[in-house]
Amino acid sequence: MGLGLVKKGRTIRVVALLAALLLPILRAVAQSPDEPEMADALRQSGKIYVVVTVIAVVLAGLLFFLISLDRKISRLEKEVRD
Amino acid sequence: MKNNWWKGLAVVLLLYVAVAGLLMPVPRLAILNESIRNLYFHVPMWFGMTAVLTASVYYSVRYLRTPTPQLDILSHEAAKTGIYMGFVGLATGSIWAKYTWGAWWTNDPKLNGAAIAMLIYGAYLVLRSSFQDEQQRARISAIYNIFAFAAAMPLFFILPRLTASLHPGAGGNPAFAKYDLDSNMRLVFYPAVIGWTLLGFWLAQLASRVAFLKQKVYDKQLA
Repeated sequence: MGLGLVKKGRTIRVVALLAALLLPILRAVAQSPDEPEMADALRQSGKIYVVVTVIAVVLAGLLFFLISLDRKISRLEKEVRD
Repeated sequence: MKNNWWKGLAVVLLLYVAVAGLLMPVPRLAILNESIRNLYFHVPMWFGMTAVLTASVYYSVRYLRTPTPQLDILSHEAAKTGIYMGFVGLATGSIWAKYTWGAWWTNDPKLNGAAIAMLIYGAYLVLRSSFQDEQQRARISAIYNIFAFAAAMPLFFILPRLTASLHPGAGGNPAFAKYDLDSNMRLVFYPAVIGWTLLGFWLAQLASRVAFLKQKVYDKQLA
């Protein structure tokens, strides 16, 4: 039972952390026109998300490469050990 | 797999930083404009560099206490990774400076301090490559590495604070504290620092493992 309680507490903490990280993205940005200009137009056109996706894909590709390199080195280490 | 959780954490954090770093709201400031988002990419390079170089010094000290080729490799590869991150930091800072301060480089104490520190570390690589004898190379570069760290850290983080400077976090001004006190920026900035630092350690670890393998293969060929 103690283990169950610990697990539950951890799940709640993970959910709270995820919510804290992700919820602010949902907040809309509404600003008056006399403030310094930002990339609002780009956002309104909606296409900034295309760029963000492209960057995320490139980064994911690089990280995937890194992971596969890591695995290859692990395999080589095993071979050399034997 | 159990020991690799931090690599998974690095992947998750970096993907989060790439998306949230571009989309989360940031303070609206003149001149900086959207370039304030560079905080998530330029600054973590220096955090990562410092962490990896600290690890390098740690291995150098351990090498001097118990000289093994493994400790020399770890210290060397960590130093190389740190130097890479430092140069990426200089390059990204230069781009940022061009579009906010109007010049690729200014004679700012923070910038020149960082450049001199990078040169000190460049000398580490030159010094290393100038030895034939492996033990001599390992010992002397371990000693130089400690000296380089002791000389570079004040150049990065202490001396620029003592004089006037354009750069945030210098000339007595408290870095981006007044902006990243903005809780929205903190939500991306701290994960970014952790993510990029972990990536630095990951790269250093991979480089070290390749060097270990190389050494093992050499040893086998000699035997």
